Amino acid sequence: MRYGEIGFDLEVNLSRGSIDRVETDPNDTKLYLGGLGTNAKIMWDRVPAETDAFSEDNLLIFSSGLLCGTAAPGSNRTIVSTISPQTKLMAYSMMGGFFAPELKYAGYDKVIISGKSEELVYLWIHNDKVEIRDASHLKGMGATATSEAIRTELKDPDIQVAAIGLAGENRVFYASIEQGRSSASRGGIGAVMGDKGLKAIAVRGTKDINVADPAKYMELCDDVLKYIKFRGENPIKGVPPILQGLGSPQEMAIVDEEWHTTNFTWGNSRTRRKDFWTHEIEQKWKQTQENVRTRLISCHNCPMKCGATISVPGLPTYMMKCYSKLTYTMAAFSDLDFGFRIAQKATEYGVDGFSAPQAMAFGLELLEAGILTLEDFPGMPEDTEGRFFYLLDKIVRREGIGDYLADGTYWAARRIGKGAEKFDHNTIKKHEQLPLKLGMLNPVYYLMYSTGEKINITQIEGQFPQEPFATRELREEFVKDWFQVPDEKFKKYYADWEPRGEMSNPYYPTPQMASEIVDWMEKMHYIDDALGMCAGLSSFPLKPPYHIHNYPEFVTAATGIKMTKDDVWKSATRTRTLMRALNVRRGMRRTDDKPPEDHWRKRFPDLEKELLDNYYKLKGFNDQGIPTKESLEDLEMGFVAEEFEQKGIYSNG
Amino acid sequence: MAKVKKIVKSITIDADKCNGCKACEVICSSWHATPRYSSNNPARSRIRIVRLPLRDIYLPVYAGEYTESECTGRDKYIIDGKEYNECDFCRASCPSRDLFKEPDSGLPLKCDMCEETPALAQPKCVEWCHAEALIYVEREEEVEEDEQPKLGDIEIGLGSMIDKYGLQQVLDTVARMAKP
Repeated sequence: MRYGEIGFDLEVNLSRGSIDRVETDPNDTKLYLGGLGTNAKIMWDRVPAETDAFSEDNLLIFSSGLLCGTAAPGSNRTIVSTISPQTKLMAYSMMGGFFAPELKYAGYDKVIISGKSEELVYLWIHNDKVEIRDASHLKGMGATATSEAIRTELKDPDIQVAAIGLAGENRVFYASIEQGRSSASRGGIGAVMGDKGLKAIAVRGTKDINVADPAKYMELCDDVLKYIKFRGENPIKGVPPILQGLGSPQEMAIVDEEWHTTNFTWGNSRTRRKDFWTHEIEQKWKQTQENVRTRLISCHNCPMKCGATISVPGLPTYMMKCYSKLTYTMAAFSDLDFGFRIAQKATEYGVDGFSAPQAMAFGLELLEAGILTLEDFPGMPEDTEGRFFYLLDKIVRREGIGDYLADGTYWAARRIGKGAEKFDHNTIKKHEQLPLKLGMLNPVYYLMYSTGEKINITQIEGQFPQEPFATRELREEFVKDWFQVPDEKFKKYYADWEPRGEMSNPYYPTPQMASEIVDWMEKMHYIDDALGMCAGLSSFPLKPPYHIHNYPEFVTAATGIKMTKDDVWKSATRTRTLMRALNVRRGMRRTDDKPPEDHWRKRFPDLEKELLDNYYKLKGFNDQGIPTKESLEDLEMGFVAEEFEQKGIYSNG
Repeated sequence: MAKVKKIVKSITIDADKCNGCKACEVICSSWHATPRYSSNNPARSRIRIVRLPLRDIYLPVYAGEYTESECTGRDKYIIDGKEYNECDFCRASCPSRDLFKEPDSGLPLKCDMCEETPALAQPKCVEWCHAEALIYVEREEEVEEDEQPKLGDIEIGLGSMIDKYGLQQVLDTVARMAKP
C-alpha cells in the first residue's frame, strides 16, 4: 500500500477513447515528491521538445500534490501542466478549491489527458467508474453554469468540476480552467483543454487516503492549526493590511485597497495614481463590496477565507478570490462595481484575470494611438466600461479584433505591426505580468522576475519581506521569532538591509545574498507545488505555518519514506532544474531571462549581469542559464544532460 | 422509575458562519479511522456539510439515528430567501440517501461526540472548525434511568444488517462464513 499518495494515475487518451488506471513508480515520489515534480518528469519523458501546444501529443495533466486530501490544513491544490500556447514553454498553473482532494478520494493522484476528441466531451470520474461523456449540450456554456449542469445531470451536489468556458473552447491564449471558487488561469491551459475537445472533468470520490504514521501526522497538523490561529491573532506589524496575515491577500475581506490602487498601474499598465485612494472612494467601495459579497468561503480543509460568493443584483452568482476584483477595474480606469460586474462574465467565459484586462486595455491604447481605427471595432460603445464588455465578447469568440487580442499582447502586437510592438511593454516570455512599474531596481525581485519558471511574480515571491522596515530596531524585532528561515544568515541579511544609503537597493542585498534569498523563496514554492499545499499557508505570506523545518516531517509521516531537510530541499532543486531543462529544451536561453524593460525606471546593466551570473552559478546553470552536466548528474538527472549533449544544446548555446 | 442526572452533549450549528471548508468531515473521518488518524475520507464522516455555494447554502449536519424506512414528507423550507429540502436538516441515516453510511458496507454511521476516556474537551469537528460554526454545548438533565442494556458496536451493526437483509439471511451468511 502507498501512503500519502494513492500510487495510481488515470490515463485518458481522447483520440482513442481509452481509459487506463496506471500504477506509478514509488521511486519517483522519493525523487520528485509528486504534484508539479512528477508532472515535470512526465512532461520530460513523454512530450518531445518540438510538440506544439495544440498537438495531439501535448499532454494536459491535472495533478494533486503529495499531501492533498490528507488532514494537513490547506493541502488542496491542483497543479495543471501542459505546453502553453502563449509562451510555447511549460505552463505552470495551479488552483485551490476541492478538485485535487476529491480526485484522490476517487483513487488517483493525477489525470493525464492525451490526444484530442473530435466532439466536445467531458470526463466523469466516480471512483473506479470512469466515462468519457458527450458534452455537445454544454457547448458555449459558461464555466460555472457547466459545473452546475453536470452536478444536476449526475444528481450529486458533491461532485467537483473543473470546466472551461467559451474562451477555452475557442482557444484563447489566456483561457482559464475554472473550478468553483478557484481557477488555474495562467499560461492558457484552458485553450489546451478546449483544443482537446474536453469541456470539463467531473470527479467524485468516496475512498480513503492513508498516512503512514498517523499519530505523528496528526500532531503536525494540530501544530499547524494552532500556529494559524496564533498568526490570525498576531498580524505582522508595519506592513499594509493586505500583507499582515496568512492566506492569499485578503481581498474579499479587506476593503482598504490603498496599497493596490496607488502602487499598481492603471490602464495598459501605464499610469500610477498615487492620490487615488480617498475617504470618499473608500466609503463607496466598501458599500459596493459589502452589497455584493454574500459570504467568505474556503478551499478544502483550510481555515482561511480567501474567497467569496459574489451576487451582483441582476447577475448570476459567482465566486471570486484575491486581486481579480481590481484588475478589470484598474485596466478600465473604472470603479469596483464595474470590476465585480465584468468579472462575473469573465469567470463564466473563463479567462485569466491578469492577461485579459491587459489585452483589452492594450487594444484600446492602440486605437488611441491610431494604430488601430474605429473600423477595427465595429459597433463598439463609446464608454470605457461598455468597450471592455464589448472587447471581452469579441475576444472569447475570436471575432474581428478579438481574434488578435485573444493571443495576448505579445502575439497581437506582432500580428498587428505598425509599431504596436512598443505597446506590448508588460510581458515576460510573451506572458502578461502584474501591472506594476517602479523606480529603483530591487535585486531580489530582478532575479525572480527574470528567471522564474512560473513567469509570474506572485507565485515566486513570499517569505522575505518586499522592503526593509525603516529602522534597524524594527528589523531586529521582525527577525526575532523568524524561525521559518532555512539558515540564520537570512536574519542578518534582512536586519542589515536599509531603505537608503550604502546598504540599500540596488547593491544590497548583494548579488550573492539576493541569489540565496531567491533560492529559498523559490524552493518553498516548488515544495508547495509538489505537495499540493496552498502557498497562502506556506511560501507566499510572511512567517507561515509550513516551512522547511516541518515539511520533511510531514512528508515522512505521510508517506513512510524517510526524508530529511536536505532530501526535501534537494527534491525541490531537482524539480526546479527539470522545469528549467524543459524550457531550455524548447529554446529558452539567457536572453529570455529579463523583466519587462520598463518595470524599473532605474536600471543597472552591470549589476544585472552580475546578479544573473551569481544566480546561475548557485543554481548549477551555465552562463546561458542551461543546467550543467555536473549539476544534472548530481541531481540524478543524467538523462537530461544526455539529451542536451545529443541535441548539441551545450555546444550551440 | 428512578430519575438520574445525565450530561447531554450537543452541537449548536451556526450555519451563517460555515465557510464550507470540510475540515469537520476530514477530522471526523480521521478520528474514527482504525488505527486512529490512519486515513481520512469525508464519505465516512459523521458530520457532513450540505454545501450549495451558488445558493449560499452551507449547512453542517451531524449523523443521528438510523432509520429503516424513509419518511413520506419532503417539505420545502424557505429561510432568508433560500430554499431548503426537509432532508437537508435531517440527521438520519436513511434508505433514501447515501449520507451517513459507510461507503463500503452501507452500514449506518452515527455521531458519538468523540466519546473517549479521558474525555476530550470537545468533539474533534468543533475543535477543527476555526470558523466557529460548530459550538459544543453540555447540559445536565434529569432523565429516567435507562433499563435497557447498552448495545455494543457489534449488536448495533448486526441489528441494522438484520433490518436490511432479514434475520435468516444474516444467520445463513454468518453460518457460511463460520465454516473453516
